Amino acid sequence: MRIPFSAMLGLGLTALMVLAAIFSPLIAPYGLNETVGKVWENPSAQFWLGTDTIGRDIFSRLVYGGAVTIFVALASSALAFSMGAFFGFLAAVRGGWIDTGLSRLVDVMMAVPSLIVALVVLSVLPLTLTTLVLVMGVLDSTRVFRLSRAVAADIAVMDYVEAAKLRGEGQVWIIFREILPNAMSPLVAEFGMRFIFAVLFISTLSFLGLGIQPPLADWGGMVRENKDGLIYGKSAAMVPAIAIAVLAIAVNLVADWVLSRTTSLKGGRNG
Amino acid sequence: MSDQMKDLVRLAASGKINRRAFVGRMGALGLSASVAGSMFGMVAQAQAKKGGVLRAGVQGGQSTDSLDPALAASDVPFMINMTWGETLVELEPGGVLSMRVAEEVTSNADATEWKFKIRAGMTFHNGAPVTAEDVVATLKRHTDDKAQSGAQGLVKGIAEMTAEGDTVTLKLAAANADLPFLMADYHLIIQPGGGVDNPAAGIGCGAYIVKEFEPGVRCVMEKNPTYWDTSRGFADTVEVLSINDNTARTAAITAGQIHMMTRVDPKIAEMLAGAEGVVIERAAGPGHYVFIMQCTQAPFDNNDLRMALKLAIKRDEMVEKILGGMGSVGNDFPINAAYPLFDDAIPQRAFDAAKAAEHYKASGHDGSPIVLQVAPAAFPGAVDAANLFVASANEAGIPLTIKLEPDDGYWSNVWNVAPFCASYWGGRPVQDQMYSTAYLSTADWNDTKFVDAHFDELMLAARGELDPVKRKAQYSEMANILRDTGGLICPMFNDWVEGRRAEVGGWVANPAGTLMDGKALVKCWLEA
Amino acid sequence: MHPLIILVVQRIALGLILLLAVSVLIFLGVEALPGDTAQQILGQGATPETLANMRESLGLNEPALTRYFSWLGHALTGDFGKALTNKMDIAQAIGQRLGNTLFLAACAGVIAVPFAIGLGLLAARHNGRWPDKLISGVTLATISLPEFVAAYFVIYLLTQVIPILQPVSMVFPGMTFLERLHAVALPVIVLVMVVLAHMMRMTRAAILNVMQSPYIETAELKGLSPMQVIWRHALPNAVAPIVSVVVINLAYLVVGVVVVEVVFSYNALGQYLVDHVSKRDLPVVQAVGLIFAAVYIGLNIFADVVGIVANPRLRHPK
Repeated sequence: MRIPFSAMLGLGLTALMVLAAIFSPLIAPYGLNETVGKVWENPSAQFWLGTDTIGRDIFSRLVYGGAVTIFVALASSALAFSMGAFFGFLAAVRGGWIDTGLSRLVDVMMAVPSLIVALVVLSVLPLTLTTLVLVMGVLDSTRVFRLSRAVAADIAVMDYVEAAKLRGEGQVWIIFREILPNAMSPLVAEFGMRFIFAVLFISTLSFLGLGIQPPLADWGGMVRENKDGLIYGKSAAMVPAIAIAVLAIAVNLVADWVLSRTTSLKGGRNG
Repeated sequence: MSDQMKDLVRLAASGKINRRAFVGRMGALGLSASVAGSMFGMVAQAQAKKGGVLRAGVQGGQSTDSLDPALAASDVPFMINMTWGETLVELEPGGVLSMRVAEEVTSNADATEWKFKIRAGMTFHNGAPVTAEDVVATLKRHTDDKAQSGAQGLVKGIAEMTAEGDTVTLKLAAANADLPFLMADYHLIIQPGGGVDNPAAGIGCGAYIVKEFEPGVRCVMEKNPTYWDTSRGFADTVEVLSINDNTARTAAITAGQIHMMTRVDPKIAEMLAGAEGVVIERAAGPGHYVFIMQCTQAPFDNNDLRMALKLAIKRDEMVEKILGGMGSVGNDFPINAAYPLFDDAIPQRAFDAAKAAEHYKASGHDGSPIVLQVAPAAFPGAVDAANLFVASANEAGIPLTIKLEPDDGYWSNVWNVAPFCASYWGGRPVQDQMYSTAYLSTADWNDTKFVDAHFDELMLAARGELDPVKRKAQYSEMANILRDTGGLICPMFNDWVEGRRAEVGGWVANPAGTLMDGKALVKCWLEA
Repeated sequence: MHPLIILVVQRIALGLILLLAVSVLIFLGVEALPGDTAQQILGQGATPETLANMRESLGLNEPALTRYFSWLGHALTGDFGKALTNKMDIAQAIGQRLGNTLFLAACAGVIAVPFAIGLGLLAARHNGRWPDKLISGVTLATISLPEFVAAYFVIYLLTQVIPILQPVSMVFPGMTFLERLHAVALPVIVLVMVVLAHMMRMTRAAILNVMQSPYIETAELKGLSPMQVIWRHALPNAVAPIVSVVVINLAYLVVGVVVVEVVFSYNALGQYLVDHVSKRDLPVVQAVGLIFAAVYIGLNIFADVVGIVANPRLRHPK
């Protein structure tokens, strides 16, 4: 199989960031919360990307922060994905009151803007990583549910599924042998989309002060800490912002490639 | 007058130099500070221009805000109320009172009975005259439990209020030499009929009349044509805009969308000062950032442990990193040079790892983690400050750790509840008020649970003491008691750091509060 | 009656029931939050006495069920009551802010939707060649930027470097239409950047999907130009997914732009809701939550109906 350049680039960048996250203590020249320089120093040989609002090394924080950002986004999209896909397939295959019940529940959940729900819930609960992952995962699972149900419903009316039903195959067999393989490609692409959404969502939450809390750091929070320097041309806030964008673009490129090998496209950042 | 002086006067007249710099440079030429100060005022005032729209960008507005002065708790309603409203007296820079609704204040010999003569000829925005009855009704409303007033504690000590002709008489339960200062409180804005019928109507007797109020967005006010004081109210229209985002606020002042702004982040103050047409104003005020230990809760019921923590904090580093140098170190009592009768001879406490370790050992603490509860809402940079505190305490061998709390509910669930947490105080105009708010053993907000009978006695004695020398000695003793045995760790006092456009004339920083203690829109004007 | 009309009526009825469920959900949610309005209003200044007074005067001592039904009764007659915190009439406050929300959403939508669909068609027409790659690349970059980053970027660029717009976007009654447009220019630019990519990519994908169908080949064999094929054959058949993604993004422009409102101090519903949530002002949270939910549900019913009309297989369910 020939992989196009854009997908290679995406894969490469994603791999690079994931590896940097895994080996962050080895790569970062300074500690996460170590004050090593003056406020907002420019990039230099000593501080590759300059220093931040209280004189910490931005490159080190970027590496450590990347680990947190990627971990939280990955965990919450995995949660969203498994919950959403499971219930979505179930609804599509079982139909009837299970489908109606689940769909209406999801409708109610989706009718309230998720950023606002997240703000309300997170302003009350203790702000731990677990809480964040749970809140984001559950809120986001509604979108995965919609997609998996739609994809599964499309497949369920296909001739080969009808044929399997006529052959007298069971529902479990149909889900795993007929629907899942045929739904795999859009779902993988969707996973990419959900992951990007989670990265943007956690960054937004941190930016609003309700995401990752110190002493941990993440990219959105780093933008928040340094944003006041932005309009004076200080690069401190731009660096993590660019990191968020690069990660999102890289994963998008991979997802696009996966998607180009299938026929449907769903998802996005919205809601 | 020398040529240099003339030059300075010219600079002052064109608004190119602020009061602080003017007084400083005049001082260098041999002029006393008070003469230079009043000179600055006169020179600047003579140049005052009328007309235009003056806009202030203020942080801390919400769409839940109200115009009821009793409920004002953040900068936006404070600023709005101070622009349409007027109090009996006002606190001027230097800690002196100026007469506003009251024309004259007198007391009997032992400071238990105070008389306020109401200024003749003042009218409310609805046309009604301002009477002594209105003043009494206003004060009464704030004593009433139902008003939920932030000033309830201040007026509680007034046993009897009467209005007779143009005079209001306040009889106190106990002597209080500072009573007039309490009347400058921003909640105690005089309202027609005391504002009992409609407290949030925004009708007062100030220099501007409320035209439009959209909570959390803006308040538009127009000049009061019948206002009595010609040295105030120059702009035709003034607006208070609620801009909570720091970056948007700074961008707005550099773009000229607003003429003055609150809360410049110290870190960007220098860069903002470099922007064309923007001037940074600083005022050292009584506000301070604190860590509070409850003296009744283990392990903080042990004074050696309290002392160990007090010695284990790097105050200079905090001022440098948390306040960006725009503040001063604290000395573990809530008073600084911004207060009258402050004793500057009390030795400054500094970081001392060895002594801290010694006290820690003497406390017999079991070595389990000492938990400091903190939320970003405690004060700007609170979490960073707590991290610095932990680092320096660990250096002294004290097992201090942080527990992060959510902003939401911090003031109801953590502050005044948890044994050790971060907080802030905005300060009060006089020492008595600060101490009686939070350090008297029976105070509502005694957040350090500090109980010391001698301290209480001294405070009540000082309150009725009319001899300033004796009073200063009493306050000094109280400060020392709190510094050496209290539950307060006060590492820093924060300056007001604010921005204004160069074309704003008449700016005189007032340490008592933000934006000239809320009077910037009333006292300033627009050049050209 | 035509089955389609029955279906639409069913959807609307279902939507109303949903809305009721949402109102219960919001009520329970806010009830479950620790701390009540009185505590939130008084903050650091709370003492047991002032707390008790405030609770009494706000009517917080009534049971939750009583408060819910009394609210529901009034809401059905269009009376949302007064805000607990500042006693202002909610319907009036919401009316103005809803207007601002819709104004911003409309400005962004009017620019973004045609632009996105146009770009999508263009990209599909040149599938795989440089215009497609350029469009896809640029939109990929805009979708990958968090809103607040895009917002500060345009603030820096258009108020500091080239000072032509204003960083604070509040709008007021009495402003002319042009003044309003000038005020909201920056947030509109940001929102267009944010929603453009999603709609454009969906349009492109939907068109390309249809292009693989046999009847397109027939049309091409008839000798129609590629743009004619797309315009007359592909687009009508790709309407359902395009409408659905447009609707999602429109709903987002109405209910999901809190961050943009915060950064530009734009006085619309999102900011209003968040302020009142933090003060536990239940009547306001209920009212705004319901409006958001109604917008969302309404737009989705619309998309559903279009989807059913456009898809024969779903139009005639077994």
